[in-house]
Amino acid sequence: MPTEILMPALSPTMTEGKLARWLVKEGDEVASGDVLAEIETDKATMEVEAVDEGVIGKILIDGDTDNVAVNTPIALLLEEGEDASAVDNYSGGEAAAPAAEAEAEAEAEAEESPASGGSNAVMPVAANAKGYDASQEIPAGTEMKSTSVREALRDAMAEEMRGDERVFIMGEEVAEYQGAYKVTQGLLDEFGPRRVIDTPITEHGFAGVGVGAAFHGLRPIVEFMTFNFAMQAIDQIVNSAAKTRYMSGGQMASPMVFRGPNGAASRVGAQHSQCFAAWYGHVPGLIVVAPHTAADAKGLLKSAIRDDNPVIFLENEILYGHSFDVPVMDDFTIPLGKAKVARSGDDVTIVSFGMGMTYALGAAEKLAEDGISAEVIDLRTIRPLDMDTVLASVRKTNRCVTVEEGWPQHGVGAELSAQIMEKAFDYLDAPVIRVAGKDVPMPYAANLEKLALPSVQEVVEASKLVTYRK
Amino acid sequence: MAKAASTTRRRKAKVDPELTKKYFRDMLLIRRFEEKAGQIYGMGLIGGFCHLYIGQEAVVVGMQSTINDDDAVITSYRDHGHMLACDMDPKGVMAELTGREGGYSKGKGGSMHMFSKEKNFYGGHGIVGACVPLGTGLAFSQKYQDNGQVTLCYMGDGTVNQGQVYESFNMAELWDLPVVYVIENNEYAMGTSVKRASSQPELYRRGESFNVPGEQVDGMDVFAVAEAGRKAVEWARSGKGPYILEMKTYRYRGHSMSDPAKYRSKEEVNKKRAESDPIERVREKLLNEKIYTEEELKEIDREVKSIVAEAVEFAQESPEPHPDELMTDITA
Ligand SMILES: Cc1ncc(C[n+]2csc(CCOP(=O)(O)OP(=O)(O)O)c2C)c(N)n1
Ligand SMILES: [Mg+2]
Repeated sequence: MPTEILMPALSPTMTEGKLARWLVKEGDEVASGDVLAEIETDKATMEVEAVDEGVIGKILIDGDTDNVAVNTPIALLLEEGEDASAVDNYSGGEAAAPAAEAEAEAEAEAEESPASGGSNAVMPVAANAKGYDASQEIPAGTEMKSTSVREALRDAMAEEMRGDERVFIMGEEVAEYQGAYKVTQGLLDEFGPRRVIDTPITEHGFAGVGVGAAFHGLRPIVEFMTFNFAMQAIDQIVNSAAKTRYMSGGQMASPMVFRGPNGAASRVGAQHSQCFAAWYGHVPGLIVVAPHTAADAKGLLKSAIRDDNPVIFLENEILYGHSFDVPVMDDFTIPLGKAKVARSGDDVTIVSFGMGMTYALGAAEKLAEDGISAEVIDLRTIRPLDMDTVLASVRKTNRCVTVEEGWPQHGVGAELSAQIMEKAFDYLDAPVIRVAGKDVPMPYAANLEKLALPSVQEVVEASKLVTYRK
Repeated sequence: MAKAASTTRRRKAKVDPELTKKYFRDMLLIRRFEEKAGQIYGMGLIGGFCHLYIGQEAVVVGMQSTINDDDAVITSYRDHGHMLACDMDPKGVMAELTGREGGYSKGKGGSMHMFSKEKNFYGGHGIVGACVPLGTGLAFSQKYQDNGQVTLCYMGDGTVNQGQVYESFNMAELWDLPVVYVIENNEYAMGTSVKRASSQPELYRRGESFNVPGEQVDGMDVFAVAEAGRKAVEWARSGKGPYILEMKTYRYRGHSMSDPAKYRSKEEVNKKRAESDPIERVREKLLNEKIYTEEELKEIDREVKSIVAEAVEFAQESPEPHPDELMTDITA
């Protein structure tokens, strides 16, 4: 069988080019590396080198031919011992289609293929998918203990570290200082410096070290002093942690947790007050969690550490000090990717997460005084979004307000709103309204900071708007 | 606080009375300003993070005395001293700390994020490491414009472990940029001592593999700082490229206001204060050389205190920014 010499591509985007001239003729003996022909495009000229040795059996496309499609056979090479008659048996020659024909074929194919952008184009979806029932997470009669979010997170890490030797934590000030926000208090004492590791201030570096360790079998917890500083490391999080499972065809992944406080604290200004829920929520390959209560923080962090994916775990400095009931159980976990109905109601659905829940619940309380019954959904996980639970509620209330501290454009509320519009359009009696942080960097001045953040009042007003009570 | 003219040439042995007086007053202003800031933070007038410069005054006062008014300065969030040493108005700095309209950033930046175009002070940056490429970029522009200016780029001992610092060193040397990197080694990055974070704790050597010369300096001695600074600035200004100065110094206070500082002993702090306080050293010199009497020194202290008191008054009386300011200065 003679070997086909194909029209090469000079660049990834080249589809056709000019076969300018041949530097060999039929019958010539060539060795690998010999220049056979010259090719031109509007951008460049390149030489075609022989890859194998042999004899040029037949030139299929003459020099000075325009629009030769990439991968078209341009010549046949006879192997050692093969004689010229082999060329006559070659039947592919006629298929050497000029580019114009090839293009026409490609177009025809495209027309036949199903509409692109598949899932988004289907409507309406999940008209009766059921919401998640979080009430089963804690068995009835379980003893409850008031615990701060800070302690709950620490307990979750300690329990998982006791159970799994592969789990370790590293970050700035996590060991000897006991954590910049005291979340890792006591871990160094219990687990020692092999597993509780102070890093230099090198976010990009230690995030990458964590990803590498996860590739190799460990289960790192990487603490960012705050998520603002994870911007130094976002390349490793997105390009290395999130994409490796896919890029390696499923061979390799980074089962690990990136955690730390996210969003505004108090008066720490523009560079230290940013919500990253939407940023990470955008990235396939990541799981993104943002708990509000201590029980959720504990149960979700334990699940996150066990999960086989990179999990972004967004905490909140102000919530660290808030206490909630946490079940006293040997191994209390909460599944990732499930929202919770934090308060039931009939008139309007308020969807939020993390710190935003304080505004949502505060507003529900106020709305009740005015006879408006709000259902409050705590997303808990931002990616994957539990749309079933959101949609089940919206089908009931026919109205929705989203609440977050992050910026409005391309925010979590924007995504919720788009999906509700796509999947429950016929159920809506009012447009979805987003309550979000103002579209500005966080100001330092006390009065401006207050204005920049969402408020209970804004959520109340939005809820009254969508229920036409105003 | 005007910067001393860079033409002032001093021989090491001899004390220049005018310069010595100026060092003393400038350092004292920073000290009193910071003490007051700490005090009013405790009263709730300042919010968020507030990183005091107490103990490190000789570094910035010595260094700033070696440059001209049109040279550029950039640092991190521990920036109040740098701003005062850049001749910025204490009133405007204090009013920014209280988040008021009269602050350098109209109250919108806060303690960590303050700037003065007029004084060539380029911030005030809250992200550890960020100011180093930025400072290198200032020097890039200076070289590009061929205007003979230099940049002083300050950073902490913890900061030198950020990768972007080395990316900057490399470019600065590659392109001969007129920048002096001043590493303020106050021994701790929050609760982490230098030897717990740095495989090479001699920080002045951090430029070695990029061919950036470095030198270690007693940062508690304003004269030593100025001497080394003058040489480094001259090096950079003459087109030889970047220079690293490691200033051995110490911060007396916690990292920020909320730091319990359990990572070091009270004795360690007291010893440093007692043995190498930069202001006391100059005070002694002024008395020994009979440049000032006790009474004259007290007079300077009174003067400085009244400047600070005025600044606090201004910072309390200046109104909060108008609510409309929320949506201004976002894009041009
Ligand atoms: C990228 C980044 N990571 C972490 C922090 C939190 N942080 C603020 S200051 C600091 C320590 C810096 O120490 P050093 O460079 O020695 O400066 P010093 O505070 O001693 O002046 C840390 C970790 C931050 N602001 N930015
Ligand atoms: Mg330091």
